[in-house]
Amino acid sequence: MGRGYATVMPRTDRIAEPWGTRTPYGPGGTWPTRVDQYLADGLTEDDVDRWVQSATILHSNGDGLDIAVKDDRIVGVRGRAVDRVNHGRLGPKDLFGWQANNSPDRLTRPLIRRRGKLVETDWDTAMDAVAGRCRQLLDERGPSAISFYTSGQLFLEEYYTLGLIAHGGIGTNHVDGNTRLCTATAAAALKETFACDGQPGSYTDVDHADVIALYGHNMAETQTVLWTRVLDRLAGPNPPKIICVDPRETPVARAATVHLAPRPGTNVMLVNALLHEIIGNGWIDREYVAAHTVGFAELEEQVAAYPPEVAAEVCDVPAEQIREAARILGHAERLLSTVLQGFYQSHQASAAAVSVNNVNVVRGMLGKPGCGILQMNGQPTAQNTREAGADGDLPAFRNWSNDAHVQDLARIWNVDPMQIPHHSPPTHVMQQLRYMEEGSIRFLYVTATNPAVSLPELRRIRSILAQERLFLVVQDIFLSETAQLADVVLPAATWGEKTGTFTNVDRTVHLSEKAVEPPGEARADLDILIDFAHRLGLRDEDGAPLVKWSDAEGAFEGWKECSRGRPCDYSGMTYDKLRGGSGIQWPCTDEHPEGTERIYVDGQFWAQPEYCESYGRDMVTGAPVEETEYKALNPTGKAVLKAAEYLPPHELPSREYPFQLITGRTLYHFHTRTKTGRAPQLQAAAPDVWVEMSAGDAADRGLAEGDLLEVSTPRGRVRARLRVSGIRPGVLFLPFHYGYWDTEGSRPRRKGGGRAANELTLTDWDPVSKQPIFKTAAARVERVARGRGAPAPAPTTTGSAPVAGSVPPTTGGDDARAEERVGGRS
Amino acid sequence: MKLHLAIEELHRSEDHLVTVLRSMSDRHEADHEVFHVCRDMAGWSRQHVAELARIGRDFGLDLDPHASGDPGLLASIRQRTSDLLGRRSTPGLLLLADLRHLYREAAGTSLDWEILAQSAQGAREQELLDLAERCHPQSLRQARWANAHLKVASPQVIAS
Repeated sequence: MGRGYATVMPRTDRIAEPWGTRTPYGPGGTWPTRVDQYLADGLTEDDVDRWVQSATILHSNGDGLDIAVKDDRIVGVRGRAVDRVNHGRLGPKDLFGWQANNSPDRLTRPLIRRRGKLVETDWDTAMDAVAGRCRQLLDERGPSAISFYTSGQLFLEEYYTLGLIAHGGIGTNHVDGNTRLCTATAAAALKETFACDGQPGSYTDVDHADVIALYGHNMAETQTVLWTRVLDRLAGPNPPKIICVDPRETPVARAATVHLAPRPGTNVMLVNALLHEIIGNGWIDREYVAAHTVGFAELEEQVAAYPPEVAAEVCDVPAEQIREAARILGHAERLLSTVLQGFYQSHQASAAAVSVNNVNVVRGMLGKPGCGILQMNGQPTAQNTREAGADGDLPAFRNWSNDAHVQDLARIWNVDPMQIPHHSPPTHVMQQLRYMEEGSIRFLYVTATNPAVSLPELRRIRSILAQERLFLVVQDIFLSETAQLADVVLPAATWGEKTGTFTNVDRTVHLSEKAVEPPGEARADLDILIDFAHRLGLRDEDGAPLVKWSDAEGAFEGWKECSRGRPCDYSGMTYDKLRGGSGIQWPCTDEHPEGTERIYVDGQFWAQPEYCESYGRDMVTGAPVEETEYKALNPTGKAVLKAAEYLPPHELPSREYPFQLITGRTLYHFHTRTKTGRAPQLQAAAPDVWVEMSAGDAADRGLAEGDLLEVSTPRGRVRARLRVSGIRPGVLFLPFHYGYWDTEGSRPRRKGGGRAANELTLTDWDPVSKQPIFKTAAARVERVARGRGAPAPAPTTTGSAPVAGSVPPTTGGDDARAEERVGGRS
Repeated sequence: MKLHLAIEELHRSEDHLVTVLRSMSDRHEADHEVFHVCRDMAGWSRQHVAELARIGRDFGLDLDPHASGDPGLLASIRQRTSDLLGRRSTPGLLLLADLRHLYREAAGTSLDWEILAQSAQGAREQELLDLAERCHPQSLRQARWANAHLKVASPQVIAS
């Protein structure tokens, strides 16, 4: 159709060109609009019955989109031109991933285990079994026997309700989300530096920055639309310089001015060396540091011990490259820093991420256009897991070790403050598993996540989840590997089938409306949770039902009151206000009804002892800082410069296991592929697991592209075809997406090893953020069979691009052609 | 002047702390955070032992720069036992006892550093004072971790 659009572009194969067509722009300019659209089955806009407003759900960028509905089925998507996040663009996972909603594999009825087998049942039977077992355990063993493990993919309203049920109703401290695997370190790093979660950046910083530094952040694959914004700056006048820290030759590395490829596990050493240069050369804003920070003297002293020559040895990166990167960072006028899993899932995760904060803070690069930090999220609604308290923290960034905060929360919930567990930090999932292993946790309620594939050391995880004495409830949309181990499986509705809000890493809140009915008897997660609370008979102090709402908008109104006056203040938003236009950035209050783009302007933080979310932790041991210590350190609430010493990784290569194994993701898949593996274009682009090795390592061992290798660590074995890629020598890479749901069974076959990268990873976590470490395991490889010319099933468009052999390029063909309308109206 | 006595005593307590941390780590291999953090913290004490031995020479002492704390064969037996007992609930009580013990040892060592720092100041021994100022915070952090972890672990062990 193209009514009102300046240009109509031909259809683009968005598998072959994941970032689509360039729309260049210069510093301070407005990012041009490009509306991306994909409709299935050759349908046109004229065929669509209605468009329903939502945002993207298969990554963390938070791009506004509309869902196309025809005959009460989802038939496609279109980017929202008016949205501040994407200006109309969508990534490949958004264009094609929605098809999983219509998959015939969807769970449509509750399942219950009878004589060892999962059989279909009705909702009453299933929910009575869940609530009944929970009540029985509460009576027999108390709340410490009950635990919850949720997601980064539900909606804000569901997290808030879950937190209320667990903390305010049941009174258990054992609450966490799979955000522990993706963004726990983002939150922890912000809590260390600014004493509070909440991102000090805005996506428009890309429009203004003259230097963009990406630390362990393969933005090109994890947030394709944000990377498209960067690519458009790079294609325009006066492009920014890019610093990339990554052991792989990712698309970001290929676009970088300086690419540092450190040995896995040495990030703290590397960033300390950068700080050594920046501080040593005086490239710092002394006035800002004096006025708005504490801890500079200690930081200066600490990093003095990390000259580039020392880091060059430890990280195996040339000292001159470190100096060059430091010079660029040190001379940046508008510095945007972003961080992701290369730091968060590696050794000393929080210390490394905090050191990145330190770079921006000592340079005074905060709260101004182009000057920001994005401690990225990995999942679409991870920010809400943290805000609403479904990661175990108290909601709205309340401080569990501040009694006044707990009392305030108890007032809002109308419960006794003693009911809300705050005697110690919340129990993170890895510790929950330990309690299940010991037998003190007997009930685990999993919502929208798949720990039987995503947690480290899977043999151990399976043995814990399969225990007879553990009652496992799994609420999901497919029969995942985890659901196959459950006692009760509850079929849930997903995105497009229920209403709610979610928030991205630059604090933009989107409303996602229900477009179609869920399949069969599947129900919205919120409805299931409220049903659970009522069946348990959870009450407030006056005997009224604890959960006082019955729909998403009611939950949102409840959340608004809970967030009022706190940093993540939603009190000025309504569902109506979120309809029709762009997403809105919190804080959004009566005073700032249109939201707030920049926080931490002029060095104003949320770090005052009475107000802050966290007093911080010891960077090595993880021990929480006591209130009195924090008050002495930071009485007026400045930014905290925390120094971090480097410690060697806990598992180092040996003669037996000479490689370092890192796991990661690919552009075309999300998590354990439960959705993306059921979208034909995405599945075809990356159909099976592969392993990456450098050309030198492959040549030394006589290995070639496509050879079938067995990768092993002391914990397990995985078989994968070899992709000879631009990864640094001595390192192996395995994508973590591939599990067993589309093979036979839910675990590796007895012979031949497994497919899930987490068969190999070790059980170890960052003591500060409690995020498991997926990127420093010692491993070895053996060839099982030669490739005979067939390449590895790895994409060529991404970090897994081949450097040897003749590998045909990854394309999607006619089925992957999507419309792009450049210059569409906004 | 009894500075050499203070150094010798501290060398002994830091050396002992390495043993305490290493064996505690081995006993709780199935408690992964305890296992790793204790090893990391033992690294501090090992460093302190080396530095005390070095500075001890200026005070006529001949102290071993290597901590005696690597328990070798015993360690692997402890780790194996810990793994085998991983499914039982009694290790929780053992962990509390170990944390309590570690807290007392680390607090004692911290007091020894206090004594050394004060004495070095009194005797105007700048280098010794610098050493104490570098190392003392780390023994405090060891004690704080033991205290903090006790807080986390005790409710689940005792009240469940």
